[in-house]
Amino acid sequence: MARLNVLLLAIVIACALGVVTSQHKARKLFVELQKEKDRAQQMDVEWGQLQLEQGSLAMPARVENLASRQLQMQMPQSGQIRYIRIGSGAAAQP
Amino acid sequence: MNYATATIQTSGQIALPAWRSRVLFVLLMTGLVVLLGRAVYLQGIHNDFLQQEGDARYGRVVEIHAHRGMITDRHGEPLAVSTPVESVWASPGDVEISSTQISQLAQIIGMNPAEVKSKLATSREFVYLKRQLPPEQAAKVVKLGIPGISLQREYRRYYPGGEVTAHLIGFTDVDDNGQEGIELALQGQLGGKAGSQQVIKDRRGFIVEDVASLRAPKAGVDVALSIDSKIQSLAFREIRQAVERNKAKGGSIVVLDAKTGEVLALANWPSYNSNNRDKPGMAVLRNHAVTDQFEPGSTMKPFTIATALEAGKIKPNTVIDTSGGVFTVNGRTIHDTHPERFLTVAQIIQKSSNVGTAKIALSLPPETLWHGLSEDGFGSLTGSEFPGEAEGKLRDYRKWRPIEQATMSYGNGISVNLLQLARAYTVFANNGELKPITLLKQETPALGVKVYSDATAQAVRDMMETVVRPGGTAPLAQITGYRVAGKTGTAHKLENGKYVNRYVASFVGMAPASNPRLIVAVMVNEPGGRDYYGGLVAAPVFSNVMGAALRMLSVPNDAPLDNVLQAPGEVVGEEV
Repeated sequence: MARLNVLLLAIVIACALGVVTSQHKARKLFVELQKEKDRAQQMDVEWGQLQLEQGSLAMPARVENLASRQLQMQMPQSGQIRYIRIGSGAAAQP
Repeated sequence: MNYATATIQTSGQIALPAWRSRVLFVLLMTGLVVLLGRAVYLQGIHNDFLQQEGDARYGRVVEIHAHRGMITDRHGEPLAVSTPVESVWASPGDVEISSTQISQLAQIIGMNPAEVKSKLATSREFVYLKRQLPPEQAAKVVKLGIPGISLQREYRRYYPGGEVTAHLIGFTDVDDNGQEGIELALQGQLGGKAGSQQVIKDRRGFIVEDVASLRAPKAGVDVALSIDSKIQSLAFREIRQAVERNKAKGGSIVVLDAKTGEVLALANWPSYNSNNRDKPGMAVLRNHAVTDQFEPGSTMKPFTIATALEAGKIKPNTVIDTSGGVFTVNGRTIHDTHPERFLTVAQIIQKSSNVGTAKIALSLPPETLWHGLSEDGFGSLTGSEFPGEAEGKLRDYRKWRPIEQATMSYGNGISVNLLQLARAYTVFANNGELKPITLLKQETPALGVKVYSDATAQAVRDMMETVVRPGGTAPLAQITGYRVAGKTGTAHKLENGKYVNRYVASFVGMAPASNPRLIVAVMVNEPGGRDYYGGLVAAPVFSNVMGAALRMLSVPNDAPLDNVLQAPGEVVGEEV
């Protein structure tokens, strides 16, 4: 009887220690998870900022300005446009 | 114990009275029971108190921010995006700061040191030093390491389009709630609902355990508008140039997809930069194209003619006696700038004859005319759901006097907003079907209401094509490679119930006329230069925007490329 009690006591203590360690591990993992979540949010934020930056760099007014000022491009005059009709095989004369 | 008894026994002294050990035993046991009872009481029966104390030390409720939805154009280009910024706040009681630190801090947050000092001098627990600082600057504030000064994450809305889309998109306030424009109209969809979560935090402030989710956060939904940002930018640039060139008070432009009723562009000048926190006055903030009503003038005529055609009163080639450009009703005289003895119905549209239109209108019962105009959407909202949209004014036909019926037929005594006017022209672009207006991208075109027969719509469109030919009021609206149908308008402004010699010049048109794809409506308010006719002020804007937009959308040509004809003399002015 006494030996059984000692055995049970040992098992109880082992379980208790097990609970403590697993709780500790769970908390550590949880902290890890939080960090990853924060990182995900950070990336989300960065994504938003990049989108915004792309949006402002690609504004039609800016692109047009660069094309005409820096690259000396211009809108084609009506005579310079040639329309190609699919199926007819030959370029339509303007 | 054994030892003690043994000593007593061996020494032969009398044993201590048995009650002493019993008393001791009872006392110890009582103590134990009391302790046990207290433990059970605290942990089992009455545990709220300890729970509360524990929660107060480690348990925290954290807010989970919900993102405000993004607004994009129809191709997914961002027009409004929320990104986080940091707000610097202080609890003045805890702040320990040296004067050099004050000037450093002031420099980072862009304030002068005296201002910072006065903010810190309050007795409040919490004071914002600077709201919405970019993350890089916020990092510098943290580096200063001043006790009592902390950051708070907030979200700020950015508008890459700035002044180009300002009136349309509107803006949000500092707490991310929509205040104007689309931001206000779609607040319910865009605005997220912040959630909250109960957690356990350790000494260093890290969350170590999720206890319970009190409220799940609900992120705002992204919204795709019907706007095409390229056409928007083009329309904005052109209306701005036109307003500046004509020294006008302002101008508005609307581009519609003729088939679906989607708004592809909507712009006003003067505009403002919606990214600035300091907003201009209400006059500049208003989206004039939607919230203002004006008397449209001759752009109204096609609807009068169409109603008469539909009623079978006239045919396109019916000759109307325009009595030399003078016509008196109720003692008031209606004039034409270019008096003619006789004009066909088509010529009445081409030359924009007030007398002709008035005579046709008076041949109709008031109810028929009212019904026709009302069915075209005048006097009712367009369905755009834009906040503060003006309804326009179409008076009850039972109160019309003949002179009113006559002037209304050419757009005086009736008021519209520009979006409403553009929408009404969908009846001519869609074989008589009036489309509802939408600012949101549609997957399937909305169903319209049939107002006129195919034949009537086609006939009026043919007449409106003559407007841009030499001899019409708007040859400047011609576009290389495309047939154009449209109508000019020039109206006196109404101030305190009196017409004054200031004007609203407008042009509404559609192209390609063989199968209209786009409708462009242009309105220029009080042109201050030499020209004030719609055909001279608004028509060139139409031509530039429509031509470029059609090319952007690769709409096939429906005319040879040498179709633009020069008017022989001056552009035909219209009576206003």
